[in-house]
Amino acid sequence: RWMARPRTGAERFGLTYPGRLASFLPRAQIQSAFLFFSVRENCRLLDPAAMSAAKPVLYSYFRSSCSFRVRIALAWKGIDYDYRAVHLIKDGGEHHTPEYVARNPMHEVPTLEIDGHTLIQSTAIIEYLEESRPDLPKLLPSDPAARAIVRSMVETIASDTQPVQNLRVLKYLVRTLDRSDEEKQEWGRHWIANGLRGLECLLAKYAGKYCYGDQVTVADVVLVPQLYNASRFNVDMSEFPIIQRIAQELNELDAFKVHEHSTSPLPPSHWKHLGRVKQPKKSLPAPDLLLRCCWRDHPAAPCSSPRLAHILCYLGLCFDCLFG
Amino acid sequence: PYTTLFRSIKDGGEHHTPEYVARNPMHEVPTLEIDGHTLIQSTAIIEYLEESRPDLPKLLPSDPAARAIVRSMVETIASDTQPVQNLRVLKYLVRTLDRSDEEKQEWGRHWIANGLRGLECLLAKYAGKYCYGDQVTVADVVLVPQLYNASRFNVDMSEFPIIQRIAQELNELDAFKAAHPHVQPDCPEDLRTK
Repeated sequence: RWMARPRTGAERFGLTYPGRLASFLPRAQIQSAFLFFSVRENCRLLDPAAMSAAKPVLYSYFRSSCSFRVRIALAWKGIDYDYRAVHLIKDGGEHHTPEYVARNPMHEVPTLEIDGHTLIQSTAIIEYLEESRPDLPKLLPSDPAARAIVRSMVETIASDTQPVQNLRVLKYLVRTLDRSDEEKQEWGRHWIANGLRGLECLLAKYAGKYCYGDQVTVADVVLVPQLYNASRFNVDMSEFPIIQRIAQELNELDAFKVHEHSTSPLPPSHWKHLGRVKQPKKSLPAPDLLLRCCWRDHPAAPCSSPRLAHILCYLGLCFDCLFG
Repeated sequence: PYTTLFRSIKDGGEHHTPEYVARNPMHEVPTLEIDGHTLIQSTAIIEYLEESRPDLPKLLPSDPAARAIVRSMVETIASDTQPVQNLRVLKYLVRTLDRSDEEKQEWGRHWIANGLRGLECLLAKYAGKYCYGDQVTVADVVLVPQLYNASRFNVDMSEFPIIQRIAQELNELDAFKAAHPHVQPDCPEDLRTK
């Protein structure tokens, strides 16, 4: 009785669920249709421009403050990405493997693969996100002098502070210079306190609700990860009241929030599991994603509905061949 | 055109005087007073010059991805290399951690070589006549001073052929010659270029 009812539309092609397709189609078309069922095959039919809408990939270590900065910037701008963990300690450090070094010759995290480019250096990555996506929430003011002040705050942390207390310098202290763990801790504490002291003076001049006035900027994005490091080295934060106040404000923001599942913001695609923060709206790919239809190998007619276009792209079929 | 005010190491470091610290709370050089603003941090200053004077010769390409690559070269030197071998870190090594002069030299040599090694890999991908293609960019601007430091720490430059070639090209340019340490007004007589 179920089999006898009349079929219309997609059901004629057995597209209610994939396995049925074989029953309804001649062999040659089954073969070509299944060939094009995989998205990887469909890629050669796709518009190259639309391929740049492929998800960015972030190579990151959970505790790396530089990776933390890029995670915050991506979350602030609502850019979804794939997270690839690179452990800096396990197996001698996964950032030393030849596959990873081919991406990041400095043997560092983070690395961001986006728009077909492989980008390194957290501040360079953040400036790229700012310049390549001008319609997304900004992290730099528009006035050049204001930008210079924000950048000087950023460099106070990202140049003067973090590089002196990062993992490879600490390793050199312990392994090559044979320093004790206490001296290593004191080294980290000294340089972080030194940098925060300079930043506190800048904030006394320029801070509002956040580091520069009342808008969140890259200065805030680099500050929070540095404070995470400061807590690991037991820096006495009582000398930095402005920094403490700003950090409290920033830790209320979703993009900066520490989730219980990790020590850093998760990519937006994971947010739905947490139930505490809103999932950002995913934008669908452009309706003219499919260039050629595989059924009769002719140019595909554009489809007006983005959702249907997405499905047709996976199938490799144009609207006319599927329903015509 | 600019006027230079000099700060030196003598007298305990003129960068620690209250008048100077009021300008630069990080007790650092350089500081640039321009257009009524007091700017610190060399890379921030250079970006300001680039953005505030768009009609002057550029130091960054216009494409965002190219700019990201140039900036990553800049940060490889300006973040990963120079801050680890600068004066205050060396002072801490000697005074607080009680390291010898040879260990201090080795420290500087190690971190500069480390940074230049990473830069050499980036240059293998992107360099042309200069660091990024055939235009002078901020990457070239930060490279030459770092090589001056490299020579002070006796870094073995033979592992960096691309860097050496580019440095030779850059040292022909007037802007780089005029900014060299040995022609500055505060350069000691025994080092000054005649």
